[in-house]
Amino acid sequence: MMRIIIGEGSCGIAAGALKVHSAIENLITANDSFSLGSTGCIGMCYLEPIVDIYDGEVLFKRLVRVTQDKAEDIVSSVRSGDFSLVDDITITSDDEEFLIGQTRIALRHCGLIDPTSIDDYCNADGYSALKKVLGTMTPEDVINEIKISGLAGRGGAGFPTWFKWNAARNSSGEDKYLICNADEGDPGAFMDRALIESDPHSLIEGMLIGAYAIGAKEMIVYVRAEYPLAIKNLEIAIAAAGKNGFLGDNILGSGFSCKMRIKAGAGAFVCGEETALIESLEGKRGMPRLKPPFPAEKGYMDSPSNINNVETYANITWIINNGGAAFAAMGTENSKGTKVFALTGKIKKGGLVEIPMGKTLRDVIFGIGGGIRDGKKFKAVQMGGPSGGCIPESLLDTVIDYKALAATGAIMGSGGMVVMDESTCMVGMAKFFLDFTALESCGKCVHCRIGTKRMQEILSRIVDGEGKTGDIELLEELSLAVKDGALCGLGQTAPNPVLTTIKYFRNEYEAHINEKRCPAKECAALRRYAIDPNKCVGCTLCARGCPTKAIIGKVKETHVIDTTLCVKCDNCRKTCRFGAVTIN
Amino acid sequence: MSCNCKGPKSDLTLLNNIFEEISCVPENLITVLQKAQEIYGYLPEDVIYHVADVLGAKPAEVMGVATFYSQFRLSPIGKYLIMSCQGTACHVNGSKRVSEAVADYLGIKHGETTADGLFTLENVACLGCCSLAPVIMINGEAYGNLTPESAVEVLKTIKEKENGEK
Repeated sequence: MMRIIIGEGSCGIAAGALKVHSAIENLITANDSFSLGSTGCIGMCYLEPIVDIYDGEVLFKRLVRVTQDKAEDIVSSVRSGDFSLVDDITITSDDEEFLIGQTRIALRHCGLIDPTSIDDYCNADGYSALKKVLGTMTPEDVINEIKISGLAGRGGAGFPTWFKWNAARNSSGEDKYLICNADEGDPGAFMDRALIESDPHSLIEGMLIGAYAIGAKEMIVYVRAEYPLAIKNLEIAIAAAGKNGFLGDNILGSGFSCKMRIKAGAGAFVCGEETALIESLEGKRGMPRLKPPFPAEKGYMDSPSNINNVETYANITWIINNGGAAFAAMGTENSKGTKVFALTGKIKKGGLVEIPMGKTLRDVIFGIGGGIRDGKKFKAVQMGGPSGGCIPESLLDTVIDYKALAATGAIMGSGGMVVMDESTCMVGMAKFFLDFTALESCGKCVHCRIGTKRMQEILSRIVDGEGKTGDIELLEELSLAVKDGALCGLGQTAPNPVLTTIKYFRNEYEAHINEKRCPAKECAALRRYAIDPNKCVGCTLCARGCPTKAIIGKVKETHVIDTTLCVKCDNCRKTCRFGAVTIN
Repeated sequence: MSCNCKGPKSDLTLLNNIFEEISCVPENLITVLQKAQEIYGYLPEDVIYHVADVLGAKPAEVMGVATFYSQFRLSPIGKYLIMSCQGTACHVNGSKRVSEAVADYLGIKHGETTADGLFTLENVACLGCCSLAPVIMINGEAYGNLTPESAVEVLKTIKEKENGEK
């Protein structure tokens, strides 16, 4: 039987997938012998909305950038078997390369199963790892298998997962908790959202195995409130898992009992830090605690707690089913397995990319991502969000590995990879992140609270054309002070975007400060507008639209901009039909 | 402690369902405030005092939590909540100009509501629709690949629809 399956993750919905869904649904009649269903995020976000046509279990045709007015063509093609009507929206072989170049473990079910159907998950070998663990393995066996796999925390820090599990297992305490950090706060990262939306049972199963290993009776998922679809799909999955005996008392008759609940975050980036997350779970302001004691000894409600990120748990069932050694066979000496990246920015093909560790940044950006769009030149890639840094073109052959990336001054992070071209100002980029961290600093540590604010002020001054000699050195000095003086990861890493841009793009800082010039022509205060006499025909259009009457010139004569009056509103450049207005 | 504020009085009985559903311990404060905001659209001062009373917390503690998290609002919002994404991908694709154009068109700043009570503008952290950057979300519906001009067009359409209904 033919099946029409629509990708309805958040990206797909934002691009109009639900409109396509209802348009197709309205056309289907009782006589039709095909079905209509939905799936999660396929990860090819740049091609959304995506409609897959299956013949039985085989993907027969993938349609991309589908609009609702193509619904009729799609339905009649499926009815007749002649797909020439949808040739124009059929995926090209070049776009198919995006998935072919990947190795999917954490994302293995994404876009292939219906996330709201536990049957779909079970048919895809779901809950088999849990059965294996509860039936044949001791908690120590599980921890040992994870140790063999070399799995490290996918939230950013890269701490060995088995070590945390083992510490929580060995802590004394009746009530232990297993917590999932789904407070994906890094702007530019969305793999955790996609994973929960598209494959929630995989998270539940991975967490159950972790709970069994450490001896937890309760599991809590702390999800960003900005992810309503993820929360909804996870709620559906928890209810279904409970009904099918995978959650609750005496799971699968093993004597192991564990319950699960969701806690919606309320919007605070610092809650991605594990002790701040625990404070928030306890209903307080999310302010980090001093470590030690570590959460493994004294975490949520002062009980031993283990916290891992979504992607970390999503790897667990694969490792149990395929063995730790198979996972460890992929990657580099220091970094095992695969990693998911959210590839965005000025890239041709943006979306979710999962590749084995050890590939280079160039493989991801220019191989899978297809390079820079609009024919522009690559400038830098930002990795690790506000805790990470900008990596320049000269380091594009850096391999994806926790240590190798840290050596550049950036970090692996949770996997945000924002690509920038020549039109992005790197000082502006540093300011963007400091605006963010200064706002999100919880205020507990003086160095972070005031230091990030002072750094933000200096960066604002530089992009506004009021930078002073010595500002770069002052930024460096403050950066080191904030790193030293902060208690948690937010403050310790907040200066990274500044330090890496100074390290690799110092010339841009100097141009802003010494020449009052923005090489990327992005900083409004430093733009100088001029009219190219070779292109200006004297149509007066720009002069008439200028709000400050800064453009002087008569009909059919070359116009001139009085820079003392110009407020850089960009009106003239936008209205000119001859491309005569230039920015210097 | 009851509220001595001079603001409008809220119907506090609306909270009773929440207190029956969720156990009244300080640990559940954030969840209670989230549910309360769903009811009132924001957190009125007398609601904050009442929640403190029921949960056995100090009003200052509740206020501390309400002001710490960006999700909580202390004033009412407009009919249309515009969330302008300020994530990294949106930033490199020009979100600042989009957000400025929206603010200019509505004549309000980030965090403010228009005088007619129609629009509230909020700059928010990443909405996770990075491949559609720059993005704004209006009452939960995302609009992607925007330019300053097309963003203003979206608002104009909503405004015209509203004016037509009056």
